[in-house]
Amino acid sequence: MTILSDARVITKRQILQLSRVPEVLIFSTLQPVMFVLLFRFVFGGSINFPGADYVQFLMPGIFVQTVAFTLAGTAVGLAEDMRKGLIDRFRSLPIGRSAVVFGRTLGDGLLNSVVLFVMAAAGFLVGWRPSSGILSVLAGFSLLMLFGYAMSWIGVLIGLSVRDARAANGFVFILVFPMTFLSNAFAPTTNMPLFLQYVAEWNPVTTMVAACRELFGLENVFGVTAESLPSMYPIQMSLFYMFIIMVIFIPLSVRIYQRSESR
Amino acid sequence: MNKSIIARDLVKTYRKGEVRALDGLSLEVTEGTVLGVLGPNGAGKTTCVRVLSTLIRPDSGYAEVAGIDVIKHPNKVREIIGLSGQYAAVDETLTGWDNLVMFGQLYHLGTKDAKSRATELLEQFRLTDSAKRPIKTYSGGMRRRLDLAASLIVKPKVLFLDEPTTGLDPRGRQDMWNVIKELVSEGVTLLLTTQYLDEADHLADEIVVVDQGQVIAKGTSDSLKTQVGGDRLEVSVQESDMAKTQEILERIGGQQPHIDADLHRVSVGVIGSALLPEAVRSLDTAGIKILDLALKRPSLDDVFLSLTGHVAEEESN
Repeated sequence: MTILSDARVITKRQILQLSRVPEVLIFSTLQPVMFVLLFRFVFGGSINFPGADYVQFLMPGIFVQTVAFTLAGTAVGLAEDMRKGLIDRFRSLPIGRSAVVFGRTLGDGLLNSVVLFVMAAAGFLVGWRPSSGILSVLAGFSLLMLFGYAMSWIGVLIGLSVRDARAANGFVFILVFPMTFLSNAFAPTTNMPLFLQYVAEWNPVTTMVAACRELFGLENVFGVTAESLPSMYPIQMSLFYMFIIMVIFIPLSVRIYQRSESR
Repeated sequence: MNKSIIARDLVKTYRKGEVRALDGLSLEVTEGTVLGVLGPNGAGKTTCVRVLSTLIRPDSGYAEVAGIDVIKHPNKVREIIGLSGQYAAVDETLTGWDNLVMFGQLYHLGTKDAKSRATELLEQFRLTDSAKRPIKTYSGGMRRRLDLAASLIVKPKVLFLDEPTTGLDPRGRQDMWNVIKELVSEGVTLLLTTQYLDEADHLADEIVVVDQGQVIAKGTSDSLKTQVGGDRLEVSVQESDMAKTQEILERIGGQQPHIDADLHRVSVGVIGSALLPEAVRSLDTAGIKILDLALKRPSLDDVFLSLTGHVAEEESN
């Protein structure tokens, strides 16, 4: 399968980039750590999750928020490659036509492992203690990695359509930020207006956060939406959401890559 | 003689047909020769290169490279071509070495061969000293050389260079010309687009002039210049001397001179520089004070003016 080895070269390129410009990795790791600290100490006292202290509830939320933003890196990176004509060069090479986007999403997905590791360490320092077994915790992180990978495909579509790094970044922000806040990530949904509770219920971020909380040994709290499918089976529903995202966005992204024309 | 590149009636439109980037463009390049595609911005040069290098599909028409149908077998074409665009399409955060190794691997050379080829190319393009520096730190000329090196990894049979010297300073330009000449002497077939007549003159065996998506003239650089009417002798004088100057230039050039009354400038077409001393002598003898005198070589604008009757206009994309 040459497409796999081609994709690997592209992934390797990203790792090389990170070693040449380590600042990128440093800041993309520091930012979530900053969020951990800010939320833990600023909101920690005023947001009540029944059953356990705030940091236990917070960490899964911040993990999900961070991997959801994977698509920013993908979108910005591809928009830059597009503008600089690098995509043109790749497209003039005798390589599989989806190798570049597969390699890119894989690289961005793998980068999450470093970020998640550092975040987990920071969380541990401020009191985060998952109460489930080691296997469940690993399952939780695998789910997070997979979610980041799925989100990265949405980034491919954005990056190749917007073609401008700053615009891509802006677009990602207004897409992902509300997604992470209209969820149970930072506060329980039970105090939201009824209408927003339903929005949050069907938000994949809520489901992902609930799945992680479950895998890290927490009892989930839902208000009016406790009986719904995503609330009752968050792990299965998370997998289903990722499947849907990939089924829609992989073919779409590969297609737009093949037809893309830089200006 | 074998044709390495054939394009027939290529049409490519954008914005639902509003913009006709290619409007029935046809050209041929003989194996081992250099074709210069000359035209202003927006003439369709880049679109033409993008179609031939498989980056875009034309709406209609036929194209082949080294006997392979570009539209039916793009991947086979990609194996034997090299493409270097208007902008250095390399990863700026990586070093020159990183880039060449990466592209070598994407050409399926295998890591070891990719590395030795990278070393070879860096040497050939005098970039060995900067091999381990990020491209960001390279000068414009160095970037272009590296970009060109990246397109030569598999020793392509056919090379496309899209405005290889646009934006370079004169020295970078001269450098690039030398590199290109060397490649050509090794027998590669080259299609080169340019906005500069002297560049096409320098590098190309044959030239096609492109305007509004069509070839409007073709031939050798000499034959094109003859069509344009050779060089122009331009003399600027004081207003009071205009009439006399006109008379003298008419006699020397053997044709009606062109007069720019605002700039007090008289010009006439001449072939070569042989008439220059005579012009100076005659003007001097007549007691005319010469403010400026120049032998202007025909520019792209002149080619356009004489071929199309309009100045090469820049069309925005």
